[in-house]
Amino acid sequence: MNFETIIGLEVHVELKTKSKIFSPSPNAFGAEPNENTNPIDLGYPGVLPVLNKEAVNFAMKAAMALNCEIATHTKFDRKNYFYPDNPKAYQISQFDQPIGENGWIEIEVDGYTKKIGITRIHMEEDAGKLSHTGDGYSLVDYNRQGTPLIEIVSEPDLRTPAEAYAYLEKLRNIIQYTGVSDVKMEEGSLRCDANISLRPIGQEKFGTKAELKNLNSFTFVQKGLEFEEKRQQKVLLAGGEILQETRRYDESTKETILMRIKEGADDYRYFPEPDLVPLYIDDAWKERIRASIPELPDARKARYINELGLPAYDAMVLTLSVEMSDFFEATLKAGADAKGASNWLMGEVSAYLNKQQKDLADIALTPEGLSKMITLIENGTISSKMAKKVFAELVENGGDPEQIVKDKGLVQISDEGQLTEIITAILDQNEQSVIDFKNGKDRALGFLVGQVMKQTKGQANPPMVNKILVAEMNKR
Amino acid sequence: MSEITKEQVLHVAHLARLAITDEEAEKMTKELDAIIGYAELLNELDTDNVEPTTHVLDLKNVMREDEPRKWIDREDALKNAPDEKNGQFRVPSILD
Repeated sequence: MNFETIIGLEVHVELKTKSKIFSPSPNAFGAEPNENTNPIDLGYPGVLPVLNKEAVNFAMKAAMALNCEIATHTKFDRKNYFYPDNPKAYQISQFDQPIGENGWIEIEVDGYTKKIGITRIHMEEDAGKLSHTGDGYSLVDYNRQGTPLIEIVSEPDLRTPAEAYAYLEKLRNIIQYTGVSDVKMEEGSLRCDANISLRPIGQEKFGTKAELKNLNSFTFVQKGLEFEEKRQQKVLLAGGEILQETRRYDESTKETILMRIKEGADDYRYFPEPDLVPLYIDDAWKERIRASIPELPDARKARYINELGLPAYDAMVLTLSVEMSDFFEATLKAGADAKGASNWLMGEVSAYLNKQQKDLADIALTPEGLSKMITLIENGTISSKMAKKVFAELVENGGDPEQIVKDKGLVQISDEGQLTEIITAILDQNEQSVIDFKNGKDRALGFLVGQVMKQTKGQANPPMVNKILVAEMNKR
Repeated sequence: MSEITKEQVLHVAHLARLAITDEEAEKMTKELDAIIGYAELLNELDTDNVEPTTHVLDLKNVMREDEPRKWIDREDALKNAPDEKNGQFRVPSILD
């Protein structure tokens, strides 16, 4: 029997407002435990939450960028559960009136494109962070309690683990461009749970699904789903039954491990949050947010191809992150040509970032510096070999490329008279090579170029050296 | 008419983490049934043309600007904690 895999993803994204969604506590990653809390976050009796307007703006912006319809009438609801990560014993969330619905994004996998539906996007508050100490106790840090979140629920449109990976990358990419979140999985500002089920090909009804948790990177999402796909297939082929269960991905064994079997639906007893009044989002408010959405990655990619004439591959790589794309555009603005800037960013710059495990923002290189260096190569002041030395300096310490060229004595000798003088002397000393060259031995030319470079400490303009050498030898 | 069952009472008690005895469950089943039955009188009203009430206050869009403010420090935050360690609340571990 052949099976079809059905995958749906639930993605939580933290919004980077300055304060929390229902209290004025600072919303910051990396503070000392319980430094950023207050009686509202801690769920003291008698306190009242007040909605952060910017959190609504950010949620709306993300929902719009993901092609959602935005609710006009919306509200918050209480989701009731007992767990020490939430001191109120309920989470303020949205139940039946999410801020966004019916969205979609387009993904590209192995050369085909596919539209993936987004069922809904709702706003809610994040919970505190538990660490298990292994001695029968857990420690709770409530700094994260009340951080604004959006939960993005996809339609069960994904059919392979690779599609799930592509969906996550696209989602992160788009949200990163809107600027409403850092979307960093390693800092927890993007988190993902995956639902996966199998059904015999041709069958309409979905099979029973398993929910995967503890997926700490996009690669683990894909790997976890791949494992789960095989596991479920094995069970079904053996005539077994898939139970509705929650499973955890184990990074060391690359397997999914049963956490618990779900019996019946969760009973959260949602009801409208009495401490918050309803939201009415009129057209003017919606339009204001819509106007603030910057150019998104797909539009930028198309512009790089159509207007700047870049190859599709370059356009794809440059738009993978908003930092890279912004840096590229700033480099063009500073005067560099598109292909030159693209080559350096995709080549030397990316290699350096990978090697140092750094972001563009953390290095000394500026778009102006890169642009000036590219111009120096193009107008022949420095060779591409010299440029590597300039680049090494720029990326570590910054500065003005022209000054670096001067300080390091890197200026290329492009003066025809000066080069001819040097070359004549070298030819006089190497008569045998001239004879060899005339007898058709190409290696002789290479040797002579090497001699010129040696004498000029690599500063001679290579194409000119070649040209003058050949011309001078032909005169002899 | 409503019919509250003992299973529902035990289920709700479990969700609320209330430990109740069998006798209490029996008693509450009867009492809750009577309460719900009384509230069902409201169903006699014709509400066909009435918008559902989501909030008792006739207000909307009550919001604050996104301005962070320090309110209490960590010592205050932990003052009422039954137990603490390394600046964190300490609770019995709950295995998921």
